[in-house]
Amino acid sequence: MTKQPTIGESLRSQGISRREFMKFCTTAASLMAISPALIPQLAKALENTPRQSVIWLSFQECTGCTESLTRSHAPNLESLIFNTISLDYHHTLQAASGEAAELARAEAMKANNGKYLLVVDGSIPLANPGYSTIAGMSNKDILLEVAQGAKAVIAVGTCAAFGGLPKAAPNPTGAVAVQDLITDKPIVNVPGCPPIPIVISSVIAHYVTFGVLPQLDGLKRPLSFFGQNIHDRCYRRPFYERGWFAESFDDEGAKQGWCLYKLGCKGPVTYNACAIFKWNDAVSFPIEAGHGCLGCSEPDFWDAGGFYQALSVPLTGTATAVSYAMVGGAALGVVGGLLNRQKKSEAKQHHEVVSIADLKRT
Amino acid sequence: MNYTEFLLWVRGPAFHFATAILVLGLTLRFLEMLFLGSPRQYAAVRSNGIAGGIRTVISRFAPPEPGVFQRSWFIIVAGYLFHLGFFISFFLFAPHIILLKSLLGVSWPGLPAPVINIITIISLFAMITLLINRWYYPVLRFLSDFEDYLSWTLAFLPLFTGYLAFHHIWLPYPLMLALHILSVEILMIVLPFTKLIHTFTFIIARWTNGARAAQKGVQV
Ligand code: SF4
Ligand code: SF4
Repeated sequence: MTKQPTIGESLRSQGISRREFMKFCTTAASLMAISPALIPQLAKALENTPRQSVIWLSFQECTGCTESLTRSHAPNLESLIFNTISLDYHHTLQAASGEAAELARAEAMKANNGKYLLVVDGSIPLANPGYSTIAGMSNKDILLEVAQGAKAVIAVGTCAAFGGLPKAAPNPTGAVAVQDLITDKPIVNVPGCPPIPIVISSVIAHYVTFGVLPQLDGLKRPLSFFGQNIHDRCYRRPFYERGWFAESFDDEGAKQGWCLYKLGCKGPVTYNACAIFKWNDAVSFPIEAGHGCLGCSEPDFWDAGGFYQALSVPLTGTATAVSYAMVGGAALGVVGGLLNRQKKSEAKQHHEVVSIADLKRT
Repeated sequence: MNYTEFLLWVRGPAFHFATAILVLGLTLRFLEMLFLGSPRQYAAVRSNGIAGGIRTVISRFAPPEPGVFQRSWFIIVAGYLFHLGFFISFFLFAPHIILLKSLLGVSWPGLPAPVINIITIISLFAMITLLINRWYYPVLRFLSDFEDYLSWTLAFLPLFTGYLAFHHIWLPYPLMLALHILSVEILMIVLPFTKLIHTFTFIIARWTNGARAAQKGVQV
């Protein structure tokens, strides 16, 4: 096995200038909320670090997450990130196929045992191992095998992080998230359907630079990207405050850019960086394009009521509950009422007639 | 259970359950009241009582005589502020209107969020002072039982959690929102079986009293 080139060597061999490299370091630092004073140190660390070995496993997924990561304009942060890692195994991006591909994975696992980074997209079916296999191995087996020698695991996309679409009710494949199976390794969830490219790459960059995972929230999401609420950062918020809501996608309110709450926007319960970094090279994001947030970076967002149903509307089933309750209440009410009547008439029958004379006796 | 699952649970099964209990309880209680029937009228009927009923429903919004207000002005003012505030923040906050429309099919305009915000603060403040007042006066304290404190808590929590959720204070919004909805669901479940049922019965009770008195020829 040849020695891995350092990141600096690799960048130079690709003709990336020092200037571009420093620009990358500055952007990465600001994204990861690192003080500008530390940029030279960051640059030095990156320059001299061997490229991080990364094994990327794809399970029940749509490749949207990989699309998101690769569909960005070059040269940019994302493409630079690919130079800071050694992507040793990735179905969509690797040139090798068949046995050669599996061999590359085995070699990388052996050479970097205990040090490689495992990135996963897609959920894992447990109902039947045959639902999704790679080279004859079930998703669960391959995940457990690769995770064993990994230093840390990054679950990219809502499917890997929380189960995502495959797990949506009635969850036909018995899909679970990575964190449901791997409990003894540090895990970072980078949810989104798909996640914002810059978020995926920055988390990898953070790990490459510092050797540790970034600070996480309660759902194991990097706080620097998932600490902000879409609704809190939404430019339509003043309309929400005023109570000016679009009632349909083409009414006057929609044209005026009013709040999309009534059209089902899930921004208030969604933590993600869309409203800050936006999409397609910071051109726009769904709410800016006139569509409510779907809440794609949150667990079970597929089952959180209809996408076009307002957040404050209860999930379906109220009408049935009410009709049963009315029947039950009526039956109980009639029985209770009759019992009360009976009690009343019994009491009446036992009434003693009291006269003034009786009262005087005592 | 993560906060999204909790939120989905309160928006789904828990809400259906609470609504069912509310409807069941109200149907049961109203039927029981109906079955009680009305007492025999011994006096000659002077009027159909409709005017008297309506008059009483309205007149009891005001304290009966000046002396009462002077003696208990604090309770009356704070009580009004709380009740009105609760009513307004419940019926005139946009997300609530959307909820009620989905359940009842009717809708009405709401108030801007900052206005609701101020009204909620006033309500909360009024409720806290009413509670202090209850503790402060020995007679009131003596007369208060568990049900009074329970009613106070169940009315306070929806306002309080709603305020915290709206401002994204303390807990992540989805969790706070779930707690807010849950607090309302507890209120819905307990309401028909406690004195909180007055939210539904106060008009009927006033009307019945007023109408019966008018039928007997009592001036109301
Ligand atoms: S559009 Fe969505 S995120 Fe923006 S203010 Fe309205 S509800 Fe909040
Ligand atoms: S705006 Fe909401 S639904 Fe859209 S990508 Fe961002 S988090 Fe996902």
